[in-house]
Amino acid sequence: MNYHSPSSFEEASAIAAGASGTTRFLAGGTDVLVQLRADIVTPDDLIDIKHIPGVKEISRTEDGGWRIGVAVAGAEMTECADLCADWPGLVEGMDLIGSTQVQGRATLVGNLCNGSPAADSVPGMIAAGCTVTVTGPEGSREVAVEDIPTGPGKTALAKGQLITGVTIPARGENGGDAYLRFIPRTEMDIAVVGCAVNLRLDGDTVSEARVSLGAVAPKALLVEEAAKAIIGTTLDDAALDALAAAASAACNPIDDKRGTIEFRTHVAGVLAKRAAKIAYARAKGESA
Amino acid sequence: MALDGQKTAYKYIGTTPNRPDGLDKVTGRARYGADISVPGMLHGAVVRSPHAHAKIVKIDATKALAMEGVKAVITRADFPEGLEGEDWDLQENCMAGEKALYDGHAVAAVAATTPLLARDAAKAIEVTYEILPHVTDVDEAMKEGAPVIREGAADFSVPEGMHPNVVRYFDSGRGDLDKGFAEADLIIERSFTTEAAHQGYIEPHACLGQMGADGRGELWVCTQGHWFMRRMSTAVLGIETTNIRVTPSEIGGGFGGKTTIFIEPLSLALSRKAGGKPVKMVMSRNEVLRATGPTASASMDVKMGMTKDGRITAAHGTFRMQGGAFAGAPVDVTTMLAFANYDIEHVHHIGYDVITNRPRQAAYRAPGAPMAAFATESVIDELCRELGLDPIDTRLKNAAKEGTRATFGPKYGPIGFVETLEAAKAHPNYSEPLGPNQGRGVASGYWMNWGGETSASVAISEDGSVTVSVGTPDIGGSRASMALMAAEAFGIPYENVRVNISDTGALGVNEPTHGSRATYASGLATIRAAEECIGKMCKRAADKWGIDPEAVVWEDGCAKPSGPNAGEFPPMTIAEIAGEMGGTGGPISGHYEDSPAGFSGSFGTHVVDVEVDPETGRTTILRYLVVQDAGKAIHPAYVEGQFQGGAAQGIGWALNEEYVYGPDGRLQNPVFLDYRVPVASDLPMIDTVIVEVPNPGHPYGVRGVGETGITPPLPAVANAVRDATGKRICKLPLRPSRVLAAIQGKEV
Repeated sequence: MNYHSPSSFEEASAIAAGASGTTRFLAGGTDVLVQLRADIVTPDDLIDIKHIPGVKEISRTEDGGWRIGVAVAGAEMTECADLCADWPGLVEGMDLIGSTQVQGRATLVGNLCNGSPAADSVPGMIAAGCTVTVTGPEGSREVAVEDIPTGPGKTALAKGQLITGVTIPARGENGGDAYLRFIPRTEMDIAVVGCAVNLRLDGDTVSEARVSLGAVAPKALLVEEAAKAIIGTTLDDAALDALAAAASAACNPIDDKRGTIEFRTHVAGVLAKRAAKIAYARAKGESA
Repeated sequence: MALDGQKTAYKYIGTTPNRPDGLDKVTGRARYGADISVPGMLHGAVVRSPHAHAKIVKIDATKALAMEGVKAVITRADFPEGLEGEDWDLQENCMAGEKALYDGHAVAAVAATTPLLARDAAKAIEVTYEILPHVTDVDEAMKEGAPVIREGAADFSVPEGMHPNVVRYFDSGRGDLDKGFAEADLIIERSFTTEAAHQGYIEPHACLGQMGADGRGELWVCTQGHWFMRRMSTAVLGIETTNIRVTPSEIGGGFGGKTTIFIEPLSLALSRKAGGKPVKMVMSRNEVLRATGPTASASMDVKMGMTKDGRITAAHGTFRMQGGAFAGAPVDVTTMLAFANYDIEHVHHIGYDVITNRPRQAAYRAPGAPMAAFATESVIDELCRELGLDPIDTRLKNAAKEGTRATFGPKYGPIGFVETLEAAKAHPNYSEPLGPNQGRGVASGYWMNWGGETSASVAISEDGSVTVSVGTPDIGGSRASMALMAAEAFGIPYENVRVNISDTGALGVNEPTHGSRATYASGLATIRAAEECIGKMCKRAADKWGIDPEAVVWEDGCAKPSGPNAGEFPPMTIAEIAGEMGGTGGPISGHYEDSPAGFSGSFGTHVVDVEVDPETGRTTILRYLVVQDAGKAIHPAYVEGQFQGGAAQGIGWALNEEYVYGPDGRLQNPVFLDYRVPVASDLPMIDTVIVEVPNPGHPYGVRGVGETGITPPLPAVANAVRDATGKRICKLPLRPSRVLAAIQGKEV
């Protein structure tokens, strides 16, 4: 195995493009190193990107959004009060991953690129409308988060391409987001179902919404029908029921040791309702 | 200076000093199994079968042996032939012979100069398998046409016509069942299943073995019982028992699972083949879950009859258990204890021990008892509900007491079941109001405890401090308990006693720390050995004073004349006697050995409140109360720790822990992520009440407390979920998907 520690993304991309075997980018290492030790993936080239300047920075964008570096750990996001105030749901999703120790290492981009359909931070990013910058031999472009995962363990990133940062949109007025996951225990578990809801209010009426589901399909889903079910409503019971039905209808899960198809499909609707209520309360400025 | 009868007033017993091993454990200084390293040591790795059932056609280690740094490869061919019975089972489980019998079964092992190299070499060993049909479920394994794990494995007890996978059969009872059921106003019969659960100890198995060509060697190992380790390891290697000296490390949990062998004889055999170099082996969690011994899974039918006023008139239970590919599922204990809490005239138990393509089960805290309690205590709960009776009052009405003839035969001596029920009823948790979707469950349980082969020594140091040497590894604070009992016996401060866990070369044979026996049996031996020391010290004082030894008494750490007639001498402290002992007759020590039979069982009653999310089926434990008889709590904080630990493990077994096998017979969840033991935030602080009904068979009244605590939680939680949801679920675990399906009215 060859270990590389490039000083720029361009260099990292060039190393990956020129590599012939299995390549992994290393930031927090909470997936890559675990998979290495468990004989799941043994890379031929391990490209450590956490020494590239700027990768550990959280910064504001010009339009009031956020830019999260690829080596920013979950704990650093949780400790950024302004980020938590803007996007509590997105930060909660990241914060649910692993233990305190894991939070000191794990990153948003690592969680995304690991390609798990159950990744806890991904529905929150999708619901928020986040984009990522993909850098490769042909240059850089912005890609919506929902377009990165393509299936379990798989992403749309081509050989030589890597993600070089996450952009979170400006929160704007009267918005709120929330993420809930179902696990049998209280922590240290992987989502059986995950659901993020991001919405904006005009008075008491939902004017914009994005709903994303995790762990119920080969990749995290952006469920437009679920968003439509609550846009234009005051999140009354009928709207919530329609939301739950739309969320459940979008599910295409598997039966496995973590949950059954039937259970995941049902609980997706339950979580969508509960997350929507929290997001709604947050948009109204109420504590939730 | 024998004690007359039982002490009742204590100076040290019942206090809660820090454990002597505590500082080492919280500072990282304690040496666990994997912490032992010696110069020139090699590292071992095991090749394990990926198949549930397969003929081993060929093992080719050519590539592995060609790797630089690879020093030895062993297969079954490196072990002696001709073993029988339990020894053959142990050998076959440690290293597969003709067939791999379960996913994870060891088929070869390798020793190399680094751990990574050993792993790579293990991957380079090529094994050719011929895959055979498999079965992992107990009911399936008994059916006609089920794959046969091994012909001829059944013993004499199995009736003709049973499937060859049924290897032992138990049938016991008394009275007239028909008469008993005829007296009942209500009869309820239900079928239950429980899944295999692993002990989940944090420390994986680890050892360092060294053995030369002369067949002599050493083994450093994490174990609950190093004499068992010695006997079993030498038996499967075909060498004389005393040729291996075994030294136990500190132990990061065992719960019964570390009373047998897995990798230890492999390290010795690798060492022998590698020219006597020591070989260290450390299991991964994957190996622990796939290849060590979880408990058995069970399928059970229980039928009980009750009168309108709550008297149990008859009970019948059929228990089928699989404990992996070898005989040994604890169904004998299950049948013994199924109805042991109650005074029942007409009772009958039937048990089947069944083999399957799963890892060989090992003991797990009260082996066999929790499954039986789940079935019995669930049926009693149903009877109480149907008849409108209070579950504690009904248990009180039927409770076994001193003089009751147990359902498994003998008459009980003084026992504390009634006291646990009364204390549970009086506890505020039992009357706490419940909200929507909340429910309360009550269940009781029992473990009979054990004495076992025990050898211990006590030696007086030159300054009058005391060394206690016992052979039972300290898995739950037993060193503190031994030190307290020695301090009490001598009348010296707790801090002046040091307790060692001796290796197999220093004491007679000791059974492991199992059966809830260590504080009882090693404690008894410690007290008796201390009394021998006291007798000798009284004699030294008597000789000095020129009086008769019988005229000397021992009080508060001093020899004193027994009264004015004995003479006027100032008391001699233990330090004064010890300071002179070289010149007054030499070293002073005491020794005691026995298989003490005065152990007595411990009853417990648990009360749990749960809340069930009606939309997801997820169960939250709101409150949990453990009431249990300790006889006499030597160190009450560690007694409470045992109560709480048993409850925590039982809650895990009830809610989420299970071995999940795929259609290919492979274990689907050999990782703590998916084998879901409760995490700290899953549980409330578990409330405890220690009942003390002294055991007359121990000088201070001790009963073992380690195991009873895991017996009531399975039914207690299930009864609480029934109360919260209105649904009786007869299958464990009560995972959310199962509970939700029940709430939705589906069959589960």
